[in-house]
Amino acid sequence: MTIKAVRNLRRVSQIVFFFIFFWLILKTTFEVSFSPADLSEIRLPYPVSLALEFDPLAALMTWLASGTVYKGMLWSLVILIPTIFLGRFFCGWVCPLGSLNHWISEIKSERRSYRGKGKIESNRYRPYQRIKYYVFFFCLGAAFVGSLQAGLLDPLPLLARSLGTAVLPTVHSAAAGILAWAKATGIGPLAGTVQFLYDLIAPLLLAFRQAHFHALITIGVFFALILILNRVFTRFWCRAICPLGAMLGIFSRFAIFGLKKDESTCDHCNLCLESCQGADNPDIGARWRQAECHLCLNCQAACPQNSLSFRFFPDQSDTRTNPAGTPKVDATRRKVLTSVAGGLALVPLFRAGDAFEVNRSELLVRPPGSQPEDEFIGRCIRCGQCMRVCPNNALHPTLLEAGLEGLWTPYLIARIGYCEPTCTLCGQVCPTGAILELTLKQKVGDKDTPPNRIGTAFVDRGRCLPWAMATPCIVCEEWCPTSPKAVYLREETVIDSRGNEVKVKLPYVDASLCTGCGACEYACPVHDQKAIYITSVGESRSETNQILLERDRSQPRRPSTP
Amino acid sequence: MKRREFLKRTGQAMALAAVTGGTGFVFHNRETTSYRAVVTKTGSFEVPPDASFPRLTLARNEDSITALRGALDALGGIHRFVKSGERVTLKPNVGWDRTPAQAANTNPDLVAEMVRLCLEAGAAEVTVADISCNDLRRCFLRSGIREAAEMAGAKVILPSDDDLVEVDLGGKLLTRWPVGRCFIETDRFINMPIVKQHSASRCTIAMKNLYGILGGRRNQLHQELDQSIVDLAAFCKPTLTVVDATRVLMRSGPTGGSLDDVAIENTVMCATDQVAADSRACEFLGLTGDKVSHIVLAEQTGLGQIDYRAAGYHEIA
Repeated sequence: MTIKAVRNLRRVSQIVFFFIFFWLILKTTFEVSFSPADLSEIRLPYPVSLALEFDPLAALMTWLASGTVYKGMLWSLVILIPTIFLGRFFCGWVCPLGSLNHWISEIKSERRSYRGKGKIESNRYRPYQRIKYYVFFFCLGAAFVGSLQAGLLDPLPLLARSLGTAVLPTVHSAAAGILAWAKATGIGPLAGTVQFLYDLIAPLLLAFRQAHFHALITIGVFFALILILNRVFTRFWCRAICPLGAMLGIFSRFAIFGLKKDESTCDHCNLCLESCQGADNPDIGARWRQAECHLCLNCQAACPQNSLSFRFFPDQSDTRTNPAGTPKVDATRRKVLTSVAGGLALVPLFRAGDAFEVNRSELLVRPPGSQPEDEFIGRCIRCGQCMRVCPNNALHPTLLEAGLEGLWTPYLIARIGYCEPTCTLCGQVCPTGAILELTLKQKVGDKDTPPNRIGTAFVDRGRCLPWAMATPCIVCEEWCPTSPKAVYLREETVIDSRGNEVKVKLPYVDASLCTGCGACEYACPVHDQKAIYITSVGESRSETNQILLERDRSQPRRPSTP
Repeated sequence: MKRREFLKRTGQAMALAAVTGGTGFVFHNRETTSYRAVVTKTGSFEVPPDASFPRLTLARNEDSITALRGALDALGGIHRFVKSGERVTLKPNVGWDRTPAQAANTNPDLVAEMVRLCLEAGAAEVTVADISCNDLRRCFLRSGIREAAEMAGAKVILPSDDDLVEVDLGGKLLTRWPVGRCFIETDRFINMPIVKQHSASRCTIAMKNLYGILGGRRNQLHQELDQSIVDLAAFCKPTLTVVDATRVLMRSGPTGGSLDDVAIENTVMCATDQVAADSRACEFLGLTGDKVSHIVLAEQTGLGQIDYRAAGYHEIA
């Protein structure tokens, strides 16, 4: 096979893996199969988080932070072990964010610095590429003391999060907007054509209904910045920031596959540099850097003299073509230690603040099955899979509700969507076990098992229709899914504004029965700031965030009356 | 400056000024009018009254399908209600993410049988739809109604916002409201409620089940519950009401969740009088029609009779 054929194979591989990844994100949604094998438990037909389970960085970091390699995360060895022998093939051949960066970098530009000589110079190795090692070691230090920050920058969770909670909802909104505009014009053929196109893409790209995500704009802008930077430096993210690339670079230290340069035939045309993705110095006279190379094979394919070749056990001893003197992994011991120390210091810094424990936001209602907060922060890679799969659009990325330490971790906004009592999908898709997979019995509870609680409901008597306005309502009680209902009613006579006696049913909450699902808050007709709302207190996962001395009594306090 | 150049440059500026100003005046709106289109449609799908049949029939049988067929035949059979070539919409209660055993949604076997009966009578198309409270997909899946209805040959619609039309319901309280298109753009409408306890209306049976044809912010309706139920029942007059009392949700309604809340009654009722149906069915919950305020208001409005025996009642053992 010629080198150009192998390069085409790499191109095909990039496309295939990108679409597998994208398809899995699209399938991370509640799809109705109307012939369920078991009516009691709804499961997804595909292992939608599979791509994330192949992520060695997520595996390493969650292992450090939590002590175990959770379930499917062992798949990551399928990427990591070959990397040890081959180098960063993942970055050039597999990584969907890498491919996206690659494609955007390859779009032709009019700017002089992005063409010809300017391009060649920008593709030489630069010291800024060390940043990714510092990022990696910083995250490593933080993970070592239990705070998983790598997920913010890890390309697979990053892309999953960006596509799932920013790009796809925006596409949906845009498609619906264009359709509405076309219909409003009143031009029949235009409306018909747009409707046809909409119906064509809807089953594939659009969710069952428009999803709205908190903090979407921050995720979207961050993602857009990563993509735009490619127009300044080829694959800037991959070269300079990506902690997964850094990790794979470190693991490729003893690689047996690499670039062989032949000085005798080289005429220094620099075409290898012009097409280089990793800025790893493929040209003669500079040291080739295994840890920076994505194995895209562009240099070998571009070389008109056949001076470059990738092969097993390349002879790299010739110091004229391949001068030594720089370490194979481009980070000095001192800077590595400084980075690790920075990461280690992160946790004391965060935990000495108030957001983690003493003054945690009452709005931080974690998904059902979530681990205690310290364990949760040590596992959540912020991939957004739980948010995307939630059929009620209930789960959202935080901004500062969990402190800066928990940026973009999931929390529940009941006003937008409540937690469906019989749903366990978020735990099913979580790749790292930050949200544990609950059985239906664990979620709903029965006579012997307490239900999984995510919070407790409170009535705001100043806004509640019967309490404050002598007006009948009871919608919260109607929606309450527990039996007996946690929201209960007492009929009382109140005086309305005209002095008339009116009988209304006033809602109360029995905290021993409430699971904090938020159905009451969602359904409450006081739309902008709800008259009944949930906060995190009473959540099953916390020993301390509790109200009642004895919460899970087997006999409910209030006898159920017809 | 030459005259020619002066004219050209001022001319360009004036032309742009004229276009800008003209655009403003053309699109100027002095009135504050609403452009939301409102459809006036009828929700009346009744068949002509026929004195030779009772207006309410009730059948008990452990086999729910036998009970349904018994009650329906006593009311004149499916051919009285569905003619060949007609489009039929069935509106079961699919409000909640609950299993059939929990009795929060209509029995799927009855829905499937009703679909088959309509198709046997020559219906061109049978649609099964409801605007659920919980997530539509979960409700239709777990209730078993989607599977049962589709297997029987019906088209199941999970209405989205695009499937709603603004309708003038013409009520005292309910005027303009979004209604699911499939419930009004049809020839025959069959209401298929289940009998459940409800803490505001005391019972939710036939008339209350019609809430499910509405979109919008229907959680506000509880503030004037009786009037809104009656307004809706006055707008939407079903061809036939089939009441599922095979399993009755005695408490913790309308959601239920525990089998302890469910009473097995093995009963199906068919009615051409919604008020009589509600009046008879609420007896399963220990109520009588004259004690339930929305049923009383419905009778006063002239929608039917609480005294179902006087209206014409036939019971099959």
